[in-house]
Amino acid sequence: MAKDVKKLKVSAIRNGTVIDHIPANNLFKVINILGLDHIDNQITFGTNLESGKLGSKAIVKISDKYFVDEEINRIALAAPQAKLNIIRNYQVEEKKEVIVPDEFSGIVKCVNPTCITNNDDVKTKFRVISKKEVSFKCHYCEKITDQEHMVFI
Amino acid sequence: MKNRSLISINDYSKEEILQVLDLAVKFEQNPSQELLSGKVIATLFFEPSTRTRLSFESAVNRLGGKIIGFSDSASSSATKGETLKDTIKTVSNYSDLIVMRHPIEGSARYASEVSTVPIVNAGDGANQHPTQTLLDLYSIRKTQGKLENLNLFIVGDLKYGRTVHSLLMAMAHFNATYYFISPKELRIPTEYKMYLDQHNLKYSEHADFKDIVDEADIIYMTRVQKERFSDPIEYEKTKNAYVLKNAMLQNTRNNLRVLHPLPRVNEISTDVDDSEKAYYFTQALNGVYTRQAIISLILGLKN
Repeated sequence: MAKDVKKLKVSAIRNGTVIDHIPANNLFKVINILGLDHIDNQITFGTNLESGKLGSKAIVKISDKYFVDEEINRIALAAPQAKLNIIRNYQVEEKKEVIVPDEFSGIVKCVNPTCITNNDDVKTKFRVISKKEVSFKCHYCEKITDQEHMVFI
Repeated sequence: MKNRSLISINDYSKEEILQVLDLAVKFEQNPSQELLSGKVIATLFFEPSTRTRLSFESAVNRLGGKIIGFSDSASSSATKGETLKDTIKTVSNYSDLIVMRHPIEGSARYASEVSTVPIVNAGDGANQHPTQTLLDLYSIRKTQGKLENLNLFIVGDLKYGRTVHSLLMAMAHFNATYYFISPKELRIPTEYKMYLDQHNLKYSEHADFKDIVDEADIIYMTRVQKERFSDPIEYEKTKNAYVLKNAMLQNTRNNLRVLHPLPRVNEISTDVDDSEKAYYFTQALNGVYTRQAIISLILGLKN
């Protein structure tokens, strides 16, 4: 019964990608990172849904859209526990987890206020140094930003 | 190293570091060589640093090169609002190599990405100053006859001092044992201790060094600035613990040498200057040979 109620909250899609287990307060960050606010595909999302693991989670369903790993791993910073369901003809064809990339650019700010990326028109670029408790080193100023001080652009 | 920018000491492998030092020895033996004739070196100092600039310019002059540039941003187009990118792109048309000093961290790395000629970082804010590190290594090797297995005392501001951080990382190639001596508020940051742990290197932290100074091969002094303290009383209480006096050198090792990146304020008492263990002024001279070596390697004039 409970499962049926959940299904009604966010309707099923025929083909596309379902991103589940997004922390509710990072939903819009994930949308932003993936550029979902600039595409024409049908998108449904639910947020503040109950979740045993996260307390409060969000889910996004994007019709007729499949992501390459590199693209999807960009959300790992905002939603490290996110699960992806690849849907074809209403069936879950594949399940995937996100992996924190070794390097990334954009997405977050450098923690250092006197870094060139916070003072000039320079896109941030980082090398990940720890994937568990995510922390990453700025390519430019070499300072380390950790999860606690992570600010999304 | 040919045509490669030097932004961070980590850009050079251990072998490349040694290659610079070996070539610097040759420049010390014969400082005036016309290797740079017909070459133009730009020295762009977006913030003033007379000592570093003169050292670079002396190195270029001794190699017979020409210099263009500015010594602080007030006399550059930066005051008209020109972006760093535009300045670098323009100046790379006029020169064969750019030496730059800039108050913003990461500016040198960024410049190396937009420049068509190699960049040598002469200090980007609190981040890196690799030529200083190379001259420090040159001075250590010259005074100790080796770089391996030395007891390195680093004293003063270990939190903000960029020369400290770069030296620490460079000396990790040579199995140093580190003694960090600093006030509580200016201790070495955790990330550097993690770095030493990963490399299985020994280090210890101390609030004072009077009782352990007889173990030192190198004492690397740095300035403790009052502005770094949140509590001025704490500064007054601790400041004297980080001043080196001649009397403290009495029972130290014969091979001990005292280094300082300069400028010194009062952290080395002037009565140390006449000691044969004071090396900081010769250290500054070594900067010229080291920079001659770096410039000629990057321009492919020596290998």
